[in-house]
Amino acid sequence: MRFSIQVNEGPYQHQASDSAYQFTKAALEKGHECFRVFFYHDGVLNGTRLTTPPQDDRNIVNNWVELAEKYDLDLVVCVAAAQRRGIVDDGEAERNGKDATNIAPRFRISGLGQLVEAAIQSERLVVFGD
Amino acid sequence: MSDTKNFMFLNRRAPYGTIYAWESLEVVLIAAAFEQNVSLMFADDGVYELTKGQDTAGIGMKNFSPTYRTLGDYEVRHMYVDKASLEARGLTADDLVQVEWEDWETEESVDNIVEVVDSEKVAELLAESDVVFSF
Amino acid sequence: MSDLHTVNKSPFEKNSLESCLRLSKAGSAILLYEDGVYAALKGTAVENMIASAVSDKKVYVLGPDYKARGLADDRIIDGVEVVDYAGFVDLVEANDKVQAWV
Repeated sequence: MRFSIQVNEGPYQHQASDSAYQFTKAALEKGHECFRVFFYHDGVLNGTRLTTPPQDDRNIVNNWVELAEKYDLDLVVCVAAAQRRGIVDDGEAERNGKDATNIAPRFRISGLGQLVEAAIQSERLVVFGD
Repeated sequence: MSDTKNFMFLNRRAPYGTIYAWESLEVVLIAAAFEQNVSLMFADDGVYELTKGQDTAGIGMKNFSPTYRTLGDYEVRHMYVDKASLEARGLTADDLVQVEWEDWETEESVDNIVEVVDSEKVAELLAESDVVFSF
Repeated sequence: MSDLHTVNKSPFEKNSLESCLRLSKAGSAILLYEDGVYAALKGTAVENMIASAVSDKKVYVLGPDYKARGLADDRIIDGVEVVDYAGFVDLVEANDKVQAWV
């Protein structure tokens, strides 16, 4: 099946991102196709490259990055939610006069239309939130 | 895969205490551009999103409630409210905003697309939709 | 035609399970995961909610989340089936769509 994922919460604060990751990984291992993983609300915080979680626990951002590398996933962070919460790439930094960027590799910032498109193009949308 | 889908936005949270209500509305506004059939369902604390007379001046937050009244202009034809949730919260349809809708081509118009429905109908409407968005 | 309903919050924290059960049709599949797994335990104040759901819906609990929380297999309410993440994926595929009760 072709599925898309919506992640509504940031890393560590809620289990949502972990659950979404475990589900996505299991589905890909079974040979299903992931059209897009869309990060909304605080979920955009999964897209920062600046986390330094403790060494003896999972690295949520790296989990997503590595999964994206392995399966060529489309990890999209919502631009409006990202602007509110300070997730910035080069384009956003320039447009909004920010002196730094923090987007993680393999993640891209784009509009809510990407979520709507994912819902249209996928056979299943699975939402992980609080 | 370009068939028109029936989208249902399931809203279960009160406004202002968290951002879910507002950010969910932002998705509804964008969905209008994609020519899908968009409906909204308000259940549990989501029914509070539609109360009349919201005035946020004292809490320093943007009052986004006027946006609900414009949804008729954004291809939203149905806004369903779960009756049991309303009643549990001491509210009636009179406490909720009215949202007009008009079809510009046929000129068909509806005074109020906010419709209170019972549990069985809510379950049916959710089941009939093709995609349910949760926030 | 049936949907998969996911419930990830404890029934003692939020009313998501209650609303899910009230607003889902007979024949639906319900998956309890994350903190939602606590509803699968025998002897809770919401046991009847699950026990009666089992009569006209298919109720599942995500094993890894259940185990993470130190709950024993023999304390799962009768009729609730344990699945792992692969099983979660199968449930998504087997049902028409997913409704998330967060």
